[in-house]
Amino acid sequence: MTANIRITAGFMPLLDSALLVAAKEKGFARGEGVDLQLVRETSWANIRDRLAVGHFQAAHVLAPMPIACNLSLTSLAAPTIAPMALGLGGNAVTVSKTLWAAMAGEGAAGNLDPVSTGKALKAVVAKRRGASLRPLRFAVVHPHSGHSYELRYWLAACGIDPKRDIEIVIVPPPLMADALAVESIDGLCVGEPWNTACVVLGHGRIVTVKAAIWRSSPEKVLSADLRWAEAEPEALAALLRALCKASQWCSARENHAELAAILAAPAYIARPQEWMLPALTGRVQAEPGHAIEIDDFFLPFSRAATFPWKSHALWFYSQMVRWEQVAHSAANAAIARDTYRPDLYRAALKSLGVALPVANAKVEGALSTPTPVGSAGASLTLGPDGFFDGSLFDPDEIDSYIAQQAKPIA
Amino acid sequence: MASRAPSLSILVIDENRIRASVIEAGLREAGYERLTIVHDVSGIARRIAELEPDVIVIDLGNPNRDMLENMFQLSKAVQRPIAMFVDKSDQASIEAAVDAGVSAYVVDGLKQERVKPILDMAISRFNAFSRMSRELAAVKSELESRKVIDRAKGILMSTRGLSEAAAYALLRKTAMDQNRKIVDIAESLITAAGLLAPPGDVT
Repeated sequence: MTANIRITAGFMPLLDSALLVAAKEKGFARGEGVDLQLVRETSWANIRDRLAVGHFQAAHVLAPMPIACNLSLTSLAAPTIAPMALGLGGNAVTVSKTLWAAMAGEGAAGNLDPVSTGKALKAVVAKRRGASLRPLRFAVVHPHSGHSYELRYWLAACGIDPKRDIEIVIVPPPLMADALAVESIDGLCVGEPWNTACVVLGHGRIVTVKAAIWRSSPEKVLSADLRWAEAEPEALAALLRALCKASQWCSARENHAELAAILAAPAYIARPQEWMLPALTGRVQAEPGHAIEIDDFFLPFSRAATFPWKSHALWFYSQMVRWEQVAHSAANAAIARDTYRPDLYRAALKSLGVALPVANAKVEGALSTPTPVGSAGASLTLGPDGFFDGSLFDPDEIDSYIAQQAKPIA
Repeated sequence: MASRAPSLSILVIDENRIRASVIEAGLREAGYERLTIVHDVSGIARRIAELEPDVIVIDLGNPNRDMLENMFQLSKAVQRPIAMFVDKSDQASIEAAVDAGVSAYVVDGLKQERVKPILDMAISRFNAFSRMSRELAAVKSELESRKVIDRAKGILMSTRGLSEAAAYALLRKTAMDQNRKIVDIAESLITAAGLLAPPGDVT
């Protein structure tokens, strides 16, 4: 097939740009008639702006960003949709060597368990307050990011108030390792390969991972300009099919070495290919020489990893409310819910025969084991999923969830 | 110009010092006196709090835009809310700015006619700077091509005993026969000569 649909998509140099990169480099886009141009960007703000003015038709973005856009929480907010997710998991929390020494002194386990490391961090925070030291400073990549919300969720569930006890700042992913090296930050929550970079360069220690804080949780989505998606539905569908095939390719163990080499190239992440392997293989290097197996650290395909669940959109929305970025109302919740478009996902991928969930939303945290669920096409197994503190998020009970989370943190 | 109304305070954040000075010169010529140029964003929150700029001009290549936008939204760091561009309805200006690679943040409540000349100036200076950079790159590559061709000529002159004119004619004919650029032929020749040279003999 000749590639007669030209689509320009922006991405940030992060491991989960893999689906877009593989769609282009392994010919899945061309196979769907799409001439896919990828443009590496330096900030999420640039991606948002270039979507808004039509330079990009689609982009690799933080999963809460399209919701924030539609809620007008950012400038230059153009109507945006998320018709597909770009995988589950992929982030970690890394701390400086100094902070890790203090946490280890408070009994932090070295196995990435968020309960143990959270408890130790709380003890360090209390001691610092007693000694009148400045609050610890943690960096995330964007205020409307999975990193921001999962870091705050973890801290709050461990009795650390992210507003009072910790200072949270914004640092671009490629600058994280340097910031940690000079200890202008004490810790960070970022996607790969930037945690691995901190460990390999000797600047930090990974203390927990996104897949442990909220298992099977969303991280990046494909965002598309709504006006373009409505004008060119076939082009969008072709891109979604290409990305679906790419996600399958990225998930296969035998492709990991090749994928790591492609991502390491100067046009993409431009870092050593060994840095890509921990996330792809699930062998997380917590500190030099200490690898820990987390088989669902980053999932590009299985467990319906690319399905844009409305329950994911609503959880992000609940956290925007929790951290006072937006006021809760039924209208705002509806804007968040309508941003994610499983209908477009199903319509585009039906012809591929892949597993398509029949539901648009699910109770997050309900599955403690892999569970077969209703699907069209191939059979589908979801889970395990869920939050490390055992709580559930039922999207039909969002009001009570928000009320529950408004209680003081202790 | 600026005497009609109190001059606006403008902060330019650009890691590229040359481009920053080009913008600075443009704004000064246009009568804006209250200018601050910053190349490095470390400690920017305090600078902004001190300066209380009405307009912030920033290059889109700056990786710290997300940090800055977050700061603008937290009213603790900045006294007055700042939004990107003065008026969302001015789509043409916004597009021209993003095309040029520049962005402007403006304090709420400022009138569009006061800000637009500043943005227009930044856009035109950014475009002029890109043009200059492209021209400079073209000149540089032209110079490098000439050096490569001279070296290839030298190899032909010493190995085949040709005159300079004959060496050039041979390169030119080969390029035409193979439908390639002379500089590409010259590069191939230098590579081949390097591979064929006796060890230690660097051409």
